[in-house]
Amino acid sequence: MTNEELRSLILELICEIAPEADPASAGDRDDLRETFDLDSMDFANLVAAIHKRTKIDVPEADYNKLYTLENAVAYLSAKAHA
Amino acid sequence: MPALGADMEAGTLVQWCVKLGDRVKSGDVIAVVETQKGAIEVEVFVDGVVSNILVPVGERVPVGTVLARIDGAGEMPAAAEPVAVATRTPTPPRAAPEVRRAKPEAAPQASRQKVTPVARRRAAELHLDLTVLKGSGVEGSIRLADVEAAALIQTPPPTVKKGLDLAEMRKAIAAAMSRSKREIPHYYLSDTVDLHAALAWLEHFNAERPPIERILPAVLFLKAAALALHEQPKLNGFYENGAFVPGDGVHVGWAIALRGGGLIAPAIREADKKPLAELMAAMRDLVERSRRGGLRGSELTSPTVTVTNVGDRGAETVTGVIYPPQVALVGFGRVVVRPWVVEDRIEGRPVVSLSLAADHRVTDGHLGGLYLAAIARLLQEPEKL
Repeated sequence: MTNEELRSLILELICEIAPEADPASAGDRDDLRETFDLDSMDFANLVAAIHKRTKIDVPEADYNKLYTLENAVAYLSAKAHA
Repeated sequence: MPALGADMEAGTLVQWCVKLGDRVKSGDVIAVVETQKGAIEVEVFVDGVVSNILVPVGERVPVGTVLARIDGAGEMPAAAEPVAVATRTPTPPRAAPEVRRAKPEAAPQASRQKVTPVARRRAAELHLDLTVLKGSGVEGSIRLADVEAAALIQTPPPTVKKGLDLAEMRKAIAAAMSRSKREIPHYYLSDTVDLHAALAWLEHFNAERPPIERILPAVLFLKAAALALHEQPKLNGFYENGAFVPGDGVHVGWAIALRGGGLIAPAIREADKKPLAELMAAMRDLVERSRRGGLRGSELTSPTVTVTNVGDRGAETVTGVIYPPQVALVGFGRVVVRPWVVEDRIEGRPVVSLSLAADHRVTDGHLGGLYLAAIARLLQEPEKL
């Protein structure tokens, strides 16, 4: 998966969790939780959805590495190629 | 038209899920009504055959109006006389809502059309028929964008004020909370609870599981609050007609914030008896349906107590307002790391501010304090939750 694909996958999954979210509103360094008003249940659902779609299992201790698009793409990309 | 909340006066019928001649059984969803709390699925509590549909789609009717008639079930030939669905005399806000004792709901059915509350309202404003729309959301759910797209094709966009839904929900919250503050002499207590043991146990529990099976700290809070009610049952139930009526089980209203504003607290039934994994699943399901549409009437009317958990982006402390006619609301603030005295040393420990707002007509602060202490104690032994 390219970084661009990862980025659009993350936004797609967020839109499934927050149906009224506007994916264009997220800057790469914005906190996704703030931008899309995601609570801990939403975030847990996002991690579960990422796992389902990419088989990448993000341990709980690394959730904070997914808080911005830039970090999430870098983290998932490194995990995918590990 | 059932009363789906302490202060609901009327609702609009937006969808029939059955047609004349359909056989229904207790627990089936027969219609969707638009209320101040969004679109809610109406269940029946009898078995039989739909013999008459009395309220057309789009009509707004007062609480207590007969929506449809159901002829009695074959198993009981004596009960052949028609049973009115959702009949209930309109009552003033302070009367005892009988619908509170609604039967437990069946498992949610995934087959019905899902529509987000915003989309449903927008479609109504635009007079669009939702049944001809295709949804682009999860499981084909219809989102605002689908409605707007359809509107561009079908009609010129009229100028309608947006955010009407939130205004209506605000009115419902205002009515219930005003009544609470007017009628209920609240008393408030709070405690700070050390979460070291609970979070360490949870970290271990989650580390061994894939993301979908992991559990949030909120689930431990919910279970501890529910179990502690066994020790103080006077906090679980209703204040009706001048007296306390105990709940028929521990049905926790779980407060869920809606994006863009608004709040709803549907029931997690028998929360004291469900294992943690099941509570997590129930919570996940309720959050999704609260936001996407698809809550049931019985879920709104059956809570015997409310628990609010502000989550990791909320305030450190929350002191609640009781949802009438309930008699208690338990609040969990944001988990924070604070200096904590452990034996003779100071350590950084994760702690949570735990609060209780309770009805002084039913209990006193002493009992409330014992209840908070029981929650704190239960959270020290998370493996037993």
